[in-house]
Amino acid sequence: MLEKRPQPSKAWSYATPLVAVLATMLFGGVLFAILGKNPIEAIGTIFWDPLFGEFSFYYRPQLLVKGAPLVLIAIGLSLGFRAGIWNIGAEGQYIMGAIFGAGAGLAFYPLDAWYIFPIMVIAGAFGGWIWATIPAFLKVRFGTNEILVSLMLVYVAEQMLASVSLGLLKNPEGFGFPGSRNFQSYDSGHNAELIAGSGMHWGVVAAFIAVIFAYVLLNRHILGFHIRLTGEAPRAAKFAGVNPARLILFCLGLSGALAGLAGMFEVSGPSGVVSIDFNVGYGFTAIIVAFLGRLHPVGILLAGGLMALTYIGGEIAQSQLGLPAAAIQVFQGMLLFFLLAFDLLTNYRIRAARSEVA
Amino acid sequence: MKFTSLLASAAVALGLATGAVAEDKTKVGFVFVGPVGDGGWTYEHNKGRLAVEEEFGDKVETVFVESVPEGPDAERVMTQMALEGADLIFTTSFGYMDPTINVAKKFPDVKFEHATGYKTADNVSVYSARFYEGRAVQGHIAGKMTKSNTIGYIGSYPIPEVIRGINSAYIHAKKVNPDVEFKIVWAYTWFDPAKEADAASVLIEQGADVILQHTDSTAPQAAAQEAGNVITFGQASDMSEYAPMPRVSSIIDNWAPYYIARTQAVMDGSWETVNTWDGIAQGMVEIGEISDAVPADVKEEALAMKAAMADGSYHAFTGPLKKQDGSDWLAEGETADDGTLAGMNFYVEGLEGEIPQ
Amino acid sequence: MDLSEINPVLLVASLMVAATPLLLAAIGELVVEKAGVLNLGVEGMMIVGAISGFAISVETGSPWLGFIAAAIGGAVLSLLFVLLTQFALANQVASGLALTLFGLGFSALMGQSYVGVKPPSMGEIHIPIISDIPVIGPVLFQHDPILYLGIALTAAVWAVLKYTRVGLILRAVGENHDAAHALGYKVIKIRIMAILFGGACAGLGGAYISLIRVPQWTEGMTAGVGWIALALVVFASWKPWRALLGAYLFGGITVLQLNLQAAGVAIPVEYLAMSPYIITILVLVILSADKSSAPASLGRIFHASH
Repeated sequence: MLEKRPQPSKAWSYATPLVAVLATMLFGGVLFAILGKNPIEAIGTIFWDPLFGEFSFYYRPQLLVKGAPLVLIAIGLSLGFRAGIWNIGAEGQYIMGAIFGAGAGLAFYPLDAWYIFPIMVIAGAFGGWIWATIPAFLKVRFGTNEILVSLMLVYVAEQMLASVSLGLLKNPEGFGFPGSRNFQSYDSGHNAELIAGSGMHWGVVAAFIAVIFAYVLLNRHILGFHIRLTGEAPRAAKFAGVNPARLILFCLGLSGALAGLAGMFEVSGPSGVVSIDFNVGYGFTAIIVAFLGRLHPVGILLAGGLMALTYIGGEIAQSQLGLPAAAIQVFQGMLLFFLLAFDLLTNYRIRAARSEVA
Repeated sequence: MKFTSLLASAAVALGLATGAVAEDKTKVGFVFVGPVGDGGWTYEHNKGRLAVEEEFGDKVETVFVESVPEGPDAERVMTQMALEGADLIFTTSFGYMDPTINVAKKFPDVKFEHATGYKTADNVSVYSARFYEGRAVQGHIAGKMTKSNTIGYIGSYPIPEVIRGINSAYIHAKKVNPDVEFKIVWAYTWFDPAKEADAASVLIEQGADVILQHTDSTAPQAAAQEAGNVITFGQASDMSEYAPMPRVSSIIDNWAPYYIARTQAVMDGSWETVNTWDGIAQGMVEIGEISDAVPADVKEEALAMKAAMADGSYHAFTGPLKKQDGSDWLAEGETADDGTLAGMNFYVEGLEGEIPQ
Repeated sequence: MDLSEINPVLLVASLMVAATPLLLAAIGELVVEKAGVLNLGVEGMMIVGAISGFAISVETGSPWLGFIAAAIGGAVLSLLFVLLTQFALANQVASGLALTLFGLGFSALMGQSYVGVKPPSMGEIHIPIISDIPVIGPVLFQHDPILYLGIALTAAVWAVLKYTRVGLILRAVGENHDAAHALGYKVIKIRIMAILFGGACAGLGGAYISLIRVPQWTEGMTAGVGWIALALVVFASWKPWRALLGAYLFGGITVLQLNLQAAGVAIPVEYLAMSPYIITILVLVILSADKSSAPASLGRIFHASH
């Protein structure tokens, strides 16, 4: 018998992620054993090796590189999700951020000047913002559903990406092959590691700033209060004088700008080039990260780290143990299932059901 | 300590530590862009990997990671393989070019082989296949066999590789059938079987009775089979399950000989940077069994052309040829140089439409 | 450019084929959402249906058994969603996304030995005489049975929702689960049935791709159809016939843009390729005058406190 707790249990909210990870290890182990692999070795490879294994000096920084875009996008999404505004199209905003950011940078090529990178940052944020403002505007003006519009715009953005990779931004010295110039060899526009080998680039810094900003906004600022109120009690929000149109424009716009920034930092740093297959699903994975982190800034930070860990650990397990990529995907799916399922214990109490004989 | 030197010394330390074991086991890594079950591009590369295992048995250990996105993920996977003691790493997608160069700089003792790119280094070779030679054979058969004089071509993205194939097929179809016309549809995707099926049916509906495809799924084959009297060619793998009709022949990517040779070179210590662009002659491009649906004389001509390309007496791009805009490209008897071919971004004379930019 | 090369009859016939997987998945999801549940795992259930159907029809040689297996496969995967959202009361958006991730991986594992295999063919229904009528014949009477099943399902779902007690209860549960509960309806049970139905339909849609449309098995072959199906439900304002219209519209624009390319129309290809999505957005804006809104309890968690 389930009984709703008057307040979410503090203890369980910290314990459930651990329980979920343990359960995933158990069931994942069974899966790996079925596939003919040593389950203990496989799970050790996924969770232990990237953090404490022989080459962890390389993998730990990589966790930042992989996790930063996820966190940056998820923070933006979480604000909207809290207010019941569903931006499902962060992937498209991420792409547009990359196109705008890279386009701004390449327009200056080969000029060498300090102001190029800041301009790219602004352009990237603008690209994501404008792409997210389309569904926001249509929702405010015509009442169209933002889930649908933002999702459709992902596919439009993907075509744009292919188009500029083959045309506008194509590297003139690339022998006709698709893809732009590489920012890694254009210092003024390069989002380089701040300390070599640390994995810290401006995108990671931005992700941390976003976490702090979101925390302060939600807990200390009237706007954060409005966001939470709108999500939890829409009618009360109306009485409190929340302007829904402004909130929609703000939440979608901000999440778009952050997704655009993530794309811009990625294209100018770790990735380096605008190419047809530049986007790798960060925008969709970030939705999962946002929910895993329970839409809480600190939770998102941890969830982003966990997702990054399973990606990196999963790759190691593939090459060392010959596990198929699909098995890693199933494993990640299991982890999400258990995290979600055990959340129950945070909000509900299980009591032995009494047989009602009367 | 600087990061790169840290990496390098770790690799060296590992090399020393495992030296005794590594003496007789060469470790070969493969980075794949799709799943090994894609039935096309990655599937054939993985067959090459298995051939290496079969050839060398206990002397070799192969590792692979599949579905690796291009960019930083690829760089990480390569670094990881190098750290774990790989001696030779094949990176099998064009988008892995810059990551391969980056990682190769950090691991000077590890050999890298990048497919379909153009950047080499002391420890980076590039390799690719002259698929356009196979396209020439297809064009010949297509030109001979079409009754509607309309040939449909499904392209993925307008990149030199695909454009080269279109030109080669067109030149040879036109040569045997001056009335032939090409209808080209760009799918703008590498992989979407449903869209490929749509594209094939559209081409058939508009009168094409030969479908050439530069996408990897068998969807167009199935569409052709349903329509009846339409012929197709297998792409990347043999697709023999659709023989003898609609699939009358195929181009097969056969990476096995190259992978075996390069692994052998690493074992012998004779590995050198090369820029390989092999075709029918070296067996990297194979023409799949030409089925009985093709008249005997056409089959004979096709095989003769294949033999001529194999022994070097015939080049698929031999003048006189003009570009689409009517300007001269190759004079009588002149053959195209590899540089122009590699970056090909124009149609030859006679093709209609523009290359999307 | 020669537009006369586009044959409108064949165009309509092939857009019906292109639309069927979308339609099947969307009709299933429509029922799920009518019951107040948002399952974003359509893509995952489709791909599991695609491999279940493919594997069984290859093993048994019967495409019919394959389709039954696909429906079961999709429904079984949706059971996971049931466990999470109806018993563990987890967030539906996140659970659906997890379902898709899991389904994509799981189907790839199951399908490893089916790459490069050709499934048995289902064939088309050729009703003598009427299928030979010009124009109408090829459009209406020369398709595979599953395509008709999709249309029949649409009609059935429409009729059930509109005219039957079951439909009434389903809508009541979706509009206000607390009130429905107070009236004595078994909210959880009804929702479970709806989710399973949605899973089965998505499975059928997936199998339509792997057994009829393409037909072959490759990893990730649904390539985003499930997401479009989700969008379609919203597009249709939760009305079955409009879902049919939407599926045909979307499938139609895709087929039409390929037709225009093949006919050599001088519109840049990338704009043609993005046109289905842009036009969907435009139609959505136009249709936004219709104020019929989502089921009021959509996506909200139901927990009976007594």
